[in-house]
Amino acid sequence: MYNAGKIIIGIVIFVILATFPIWYNHGKAVTLPQLELPKDEKQCVEATDFMKSSHMKMLDEWRDSVVRDGNRVYVNGAGKQYLMSLQVTCMKCHTSREKFCDRCHNYLNVSPGCWDCHIAPDYKVAERSK
Amino acid sequence: MDDNRRRFLKIAGLSILGMGIKPAADALASAEPKMIPSPEALVGKRWAMVVNMKKLREGGTEVMDRLSLACHSTHNVPDMGNPKSDVKWLWQEPYEHAFPGTESEILHKHHEGWASGLKVLVLCNHCDNPPCVRVCPTKATWKRPDGIVMMDYHRCIGCRYCMAACPYGARSLNWQDPRPFIKTELNREYPTRTRGVVEKCTFCFERLAKGLKPACVDAAKNKELVFGDMEDPKSEVRELLKTNFFIRRKPELGTSPQVYYIL
Repeated sequence: MYNAGKIIIGIVIFVILATFPIWYNHGKAVTLPQLELPKDEKQCVEATDFMKSSHMKMLDEWRDSVVRDGNRVYVNGAGKQYLMSLQVTCMKCHTSREKFCDRCHNYLNVSPGCWDCHIAPDYKVAERSK
Repeated sequence: MDDNRRRFLKIAGLSILGMGIKPAADALASAEPKMIPSPEALVGKRWAMVVNMKKLREGGTEVMDRLSLACHSTHNVPDMGNPKSDVKWLWQEPYEHAFPGTESEILHKHHEGWASGLKVLVLCNHCDNPPCVRVCPTKATWKRPDGIVMMDYHRCIGCRYCMAACPYGARSLNWQDPRPFIKTELNREYPTRTRGVVEKCTFCFERLAKGLKPACVDAAKNKELVFGDMEDPKSEVRELLKTNFFIRRKPELGTSPQVYYIL
């Protein structure tokens, strides 16, 4: 093998660099996002597990139902009725985008476009650049 | 043998019945979530508006400004301050621009003098045959069964075909983030729009769902604007049109606009 020394050193350097994230973070527990839950409301529109896993699908269905079909009232499995509105219904209990939505979304590195148009409760008018 | 066949048919029939029981019971005891219309919603077959210019003329442009403000503050409509990127829902056009059609040449002669330079309150006409809907490549705009030409901002890709198709200039593109330009108090129950979507008047579909009339009609205390169901012969709009001479904007184009003007 020609230049064995250089090649082996190169391979060693490559392996160290490629596996750097693995051994650098080894043994460290990543802190899970801490969400601020509503204080005076115990039950969301559906069961917590369902909301955790499928709120994005549900919001999509709500959006299509309200905008396309004009059906604005959601009757959940227990027969309780809710107005399907992100700004009015969801954010009435979850009063902070920053302390609820963003914490999880940032952790998972997803950036849904909801707040491009919908107004978050913690959106300050003063934030408007002028 | 006969007895056997008879028994076989009985059992077969019962089994088939039995198979039907489970789906039927499921349907009866269904706890599936449902989506239903709000019970207090105003329901119409063909929504339309009458703009009573006789009354608006008395009030002058201040009244029209007030009606526009009612609309814009309800829907967080920005004031871009630049005619090229203006966002328009309910605005004023000179008479000559609002009614340029050749169909009403005699009318123009009749109206010569007093009508020239008259400001007319204009908005989306919610056409029966809307050209904007025909050209939209994503179905972001469509005609609802009650006649409202709706917008789904989630689906709009900002291609502006609809703006080219609309003969009334009733659609506006957000060339930039509109939020910094909202001069009115923010209505936190209604969203804003974002850069790259087209917006327009929606006949306040969100207020109709709550059982309220459109914001501009509510603000028109003197009945300068009247909203109602064209298909209902007893509706206020139909009564007004029965007893008054009315025109529409560019009817010769065949779009069948549903905003009627009493001059």
